Order: sequence, then C-alpha cells, then structure tokens
Amino acid sequence: MSKIKPSKGAPYARILGVGGYRPVRVVPNEVILEKIDSSDEWIRSRSGIATRHWANDEETVAAMSIEASGKAIADAGISAEQVGAVIVSTVSHFSQTPAVATEIADKLGTDKAAAFDISAGCAGFGYGLTLAKGMVVEGSAEYVLVIGVERLSDLTDLEDRATAFLFGDGAGAVVVGPSQEPHIGPTVWGSEGDKAGTIKQTVPWDRFRTGDLSTLPLDSEGNVKFPAITQEGQAVFRWAVFEMAKVAQQALDAAGITPDDLDVFIPHQANMRIIDSMVKTLKLPEHVTVARDVETTGNTSAASIPLAMERLLATGEAKSGDTALVIGFGAGLVYAATVVTLP
Amino acid sequence: MAATQEEIVAGLAEIVNEIAGIPVEDVQLDKSFTDDLDVDSLSMVEVVVAAEERFDVKIPDDDVKNLKTVGDATDYILKHQG
Repeated sequence: MSKIKPSKGAPYARILGVGGYRPVRVVPNEVILEKIDSSDEWIRSRSGIATRHWANDEETVAAMSIEASGKAIADAGISAEQVGAVIVSTVSHFSQTPAVATEIADKLGTDKAAAFDISAGCAGFGYGLTLAKGMVVEGSAEYVLVIGVERLSDLTDLEDRATAFLFGDGAGAVVVGPSQEPHIGPTVWGSEGDKAGTIKQTVPWDRFRTGDLSTLPLDSEGNVKFPAITQEGQAVFRWAVFEMAKVAQQALDAAGITPDDLDVFIPHQANMRIIDSMVKTLKLPEHVTVARDVETTGNTSAASIPLAMERLLATGEAKSGDTALVIGFGAGLVYAATVVTLP
Repeated sequence: MAATQEEIVAGLAEIVNEIAGIPVEDVQLDKSFTDDLDVDSLSMVEVVVAAEERFDVKIPDDDVKNLKTVGDATDYILKHQG
C-alpha cells in the first residue's frame, strides 16, 4: 500500500474580513400595505420591521455577492487570487445549474477557486462558516469566502398578510483564513426534518411543468402565483425562541464562554420579537450588544448574520476582536450556532 | 400536587402580567386573550410556554389556537396537567 501525503492546514481559523451589500431601493411598510389589509403599527409590533431593501434587475444574486465579497476581501487585507474556495448560501438563485458561486469566483478575479452553492436556509451562513473553518484547518484552501445572499422579494407573496412584510434582499460575505489561535468555536448544528413543513416554499417548481395550472395558487387578479416562502408563525416563533436559545447556550458552553464573557450577540435577523425573546430566555447581560438590523433590513435569510455583523462594526457598536455568538435557524428546519471573534 | 382552577387562573394572571403587562385583576375566565387582554399571537406562544413550565403540562402548537379565552386555557391545563 502506497503512503498518501496528507494536506497541511492551519492550526486554527478565524474571520479576517466582512462585507455587505444592501440594494439601493428602500421599501417602507407603506408600500407593503398597498396589497394587504394591515397597518404600519401592526407590522412593527409583530416584527419590528420598518423598512427593507428590495433589489432591482441589476442587483442580481451574483452582482450583490460580488459587491459584498469585494469589501470582505479588502477588509481581510488579501487579494482575490488568494481566495481558494467560494461558498455561497442562497435559496433565491433561480438557475438550478451551474452554481452561482462559480460566476462570483470568476468575476472577483480568483485563481480558479473551488466554488459551490449550499442550501441551508437561514442557517446557511453558519453552515458555510463551518465548512470554511474545516477547509482552512484541513488545508484544502488557505482563504475561503463565505457568502450569504438572497433576493427574497422574488419569493414573497405580497398578498399574504402574515409574510408580505418580512423579507428583504441583500448579500453579506466573510473571508475565513488561517490563525495561530482559535477564533471560531465549535459549531452546534443540526436539522429537524420532521418539522420541514413549518417553513416552506408554497409549491415546488416542477408543478409548473405539467401544463396543468389549475392546482396552482392564484393571486387576486387570477394570475398564477410564483412560488413563495410560507411559514407557521406561532410554531416557528416557539421553536426559534425556546429551542434555539438552548442551541445558543450549547454553543457558548462548547466554546467555554459564559454570557459575561460575551460582547456581541448576532442572531439570524428573522423578527425583532424572536430576537428580544431569545435575549430574555438566554438571560444575556446588559453589556452584550445585540444585532437588531432586522428593523431596516428585514429578514434576508442566509445574508442576515454577515449583514448585521458588518453594520455593527461599521457603526462602532461592535469592534474588531469582540467575542460574538452567532446563531442561524430556519427552513429545514436547520440551525447552526458558534462563537467567533469579530474581524 | 395538581393545581386547582383558582390557582391556574392566578398563575395565568401572573404570566400574562409579566409578558404583556396586563393587570392581574383583568385576567378572568371569560376574557379573550386576543380581544380583551391584547395578547397577540406571538405573546400567546410565550404565555403557553410559561404555563407549560409552571403547570407541568404540554400544550402542542395545534392546540394553542383553540385556547381563545382564559377559561379555555384553564380547562386545558386542568385536564392535562401532570
């Protein structure tokens, strides 16, 4: 038997840079109210959302990713040629193949970086970060770009008063690279497929192939509705607040961090009510800065954590070197939580 | 020991007071959580989870929507408490 030479990785990994892109168009609740019977007060009290960004035709999944990634690469102080792998988490790239990651890797100017998409809903950033950490430590890439990007406005039923106001568009990216000290803790992650129906797409794409549109949902004008994301609000809220608080605590314990050691909490920006209840359930001390980007960005699924991270650092609410707990959770159901040092 | 109807109402009143800021004396058997006590659907989930802990009872998501009034919740807990 021949001896195979192993790859040589870094002792540890860390997030070296972060970047975000928010579409130019800001959409206030008044616009949402054109199609649903609700009120600004109702939307704010149930979600904490005042405005969100919706992408225009030029702000594609790839274009937004490239903008966010360029900033993350610059923030990390590396060049695009040094990026060895590009991981994109999205549920709103509408070409089944090829993966959007390859176009992004090419347009950024990487040197034929490995590139692929993953599907892990609102936990996608944590899943990508976990893969990236493993790749850096294992040695298959020195620097890995992790992108969370969504155009959820394309998957929003604007006539559904329970979800029309929730979703937004945008891209967030981080560069993960080598470190002599551990700066990304153990990931606590998993899936609960028995709850797959709790957050889902209204109809699968292949329902459009049969030519029989009679079984498809119609809008108020009788047109066939594009698939959209739908959810069971109370069930999601209960799972997110109470089950995910346990996962968040496990991630703290796994990293050997107490709430008192924590500087920043960046949960998936699903809904302000979920964020507030999680903070209460976790009994986070007053000094912990909590990301509340959902107010002006809406729920951007896989993009929400890096976008919130970028904003906290840009506004000075958090600083480089801070210890942050990040947790993503969503359709699957899937979740991923870990403790990181902010770039 | 299982809680009595009176104890359950008193417990629910404390929970609703803590979560939604409603005065405890307003929480009566005939009051609707949504219409009378201004407990919205998400706060209702918090009330249910707190009640589960306090009264050692499981209230699945599917049953939560049937708990319209304080009386509904009290009856449910009386019947299902451990």
